[in-house]
Amino acid sequence: MNRDEVRKVFLEIIKPYLRVQDPNAIADSSLLVDDLKLNSARFVDVILETEDRFSISVNDQEMERFERVGDAVDFICERTVAA
Amino acid sequence: MNRVVVTGMGIVAPNAVGLEAYRRALCEGKSGITFSTQMKESGFGCHVAGIPDISEQVANGYFNDELRKNTNSSMKYAVIASVDCWRDAGFSGPQADSPVDWQTAAVIGTSLGGIDTIGEFVVPETNSGRVRRLGSSAAERAMSSCASACVGGLLGLGGQVTTNSSACSTGTEAIANAFWMIRERRVDRVLAGSSEAPSIYLWAFLDSLRVMTRNSNDQPKAASRPLSRTAAGFVPAGGAGILMLESLESAHARKARIYAEILGGHSNCGGQRNGGSITASNPEGIQRCVGEALEAAKTKPSSIDYINGHLTGTGGDAKEVRCLSAALGRALHDMPCINATKSMIGHGLGASGSMECVATVLQLMHGFLHPSLNCEDLHPEISELHPKVPQTGVAFKCDVALKTSFGFGDVNSCVVFRRWQE
Repeated sequence: MNRDEVRKVFLEIIKPYLRVQDPNAIADSSLLVDDLKLNSARFVDVILETEDRFSISVNDQEMERFERVGDAVDFICERTVAA
Repeated sequence: MNRVVVTGMGIVAPNAVGLEAYRRALCEGKSGITFSTQMKESGFGCHVAGIPDISEQVANGYFNDELRKNTNSSMKYAVIASVDCWRDAGFSGPQADSPVDWQTAAVIGTSLGGIDTIGEFVVPETNSGRVRRLGSSAAERAMSSCASACVGGLLGLGGQVTTNSSACSTGTEAIANAFWMIRERRVDRVLAGSSEAPSIYLWAFLDSLRVMTRNSNDQPKAASRPLSRTAAGFVPAGGAGILMLESLESAHARKARIYAEILGGHSNCGGQRNGGSITASNPEGIQRCVGEALEAAKTKPSSIDYINGHLTGTGGDAKEVRCLSAALGRALHDMPCINATKSMIGHGLGASGSMECVATVLQLMHGFLHPSLNCEDLHPEISELHPKVPQTGVAFKCDVALKTSFGFGDVNSCVVFRRWQE
C-alpha cells in the first residue's frame, strides 16, 4: 500500500468523527482535534480502528504521532513497511 | 398556577414506530409480539417478546455515522422518539451548531439503559483482558443515563437532563416528575419519557424469577394476556415513548398545537409493608398514589372516564383493579373503562409507562379506546368489569384519563390527563 492509499484509508477512519464541513479541505498539516474538530474522546477510537485496518499496534507513546494527519499517515506507512 | 400541556409526542413501540402508525396499530389491535429464537437458544422459558422494528431506511433519517457507531438500542429508541417528538412539537433540527436551549429539560428514564452494551461488549472484553479495546464509546453507552445524555447533546438542551429509574413505573414517573418541573416553573419544556433495550441480559433474571409467561411460545400474539383468567406472566419488550410537556404560556407564545393537558401526577412507595414487597405492591400505596394524583389534578374520582392500567398479564392484575376500585371509591360495575396497552406491545419495563402514556393521549385526542387483547376470559375476581374492558377498538369520547404504573420496589406513579380544551 503506497502513501496515498494509506492516507485514503486513514481519512475513511476519521471521517465519521469530524465536524468540518468540507472533508476535501483536510491537509497533511491538519490537527485532528484543533483543526478537524475531532472530539478528543474519540481519539482512542481512531487508534483502535487504525490498528484493525492496518494490522498494526500503536502504543501509548506512539499515539502522539497522531496529532496531525500527515504524521499519522507517515507513522502508519513506517509501521506497515516494517511489518 | 402554571398549566402543563402536551405539545408533541414520539414513539418506538413493538407494534409501530411513529405516531400515526401507532394510532392505527392501537385502533386495529395490532400485536407486536413475536417469537424470539435468541431467547429459545439462550435457555429462556419464555420465547416471545416485543421488539420494535427499526428499518435501515428509518434509522438513516436520524443517525449520522458517528451516532450510529456509538449508540445502543435504548439510545437509538430514545433518539428516534425524542427527535420525532421535538419535530412534532414544532421545533426544527437537530442541528449540531444550534444554540443551547436553556428552557428545555429532558427526563428520560430506563430500568437498565446500558445493559446490552454491558452484556455484549464491556463484560466479555474485560473478562478477556482486552480493556484497552473498549474504546471511547463504552462509557457513554454503558452508563444509566446513556439515553438522556445522547438526546440532550443531540438537541442542545440546557435545562436539567437526567435519567430516572424506578423499575416498571419509570416511564410514568418521568412524566410525573416533568409535570412538577414545569408546574414549579423551573423550565418551560421537558422532553419526558423513557426507553428500554430489548436485551436478553435484562430479561434473563426476570425469566429466572418466572414472572414471564412460558405458556404461549407457539402463539406469540396470544401470549400477553392482561386481565385474563389464563394470564401466566408478562411478555418482555423494548421501546421508547417521549412526550413534550410544556407550560401553557410557552405553548401559547409559540402558537404550538396542544394535544392534551396534564392535570396532575404523583409518585410514591408502599414501603414494602402490609402486603408490599420488593416484587408486590402495598395496596394502600397504590390507593394513596391515585388519591394524591387526583388531589394535585383537582379532579374527582367520578370524573375519570378511562384508565390505562399497569396490567402486565400476571396474577397481580385482579389485585390492581381492586386497588383502583378502592382508590376511586367506585365499585367494579361502576369503574371507568380500562384497557391494557401491554396486551399489544408487551411489557416494556422502564419504557412501558411512557409508551402507554402516548397511547393514552392518542385515545383522548382521537376519541377511541383500543382493544385489550386476549382477555375474553376475564379473571373471575373482576368479572363485573366486563363491560368496561373493550375487546375491539371502539369510539369513545373521553375527557379525563388516569395512567397508572407500578414497579419492583413497591413504587407507584400516576398521571391524570385531560382532553385539550381552553
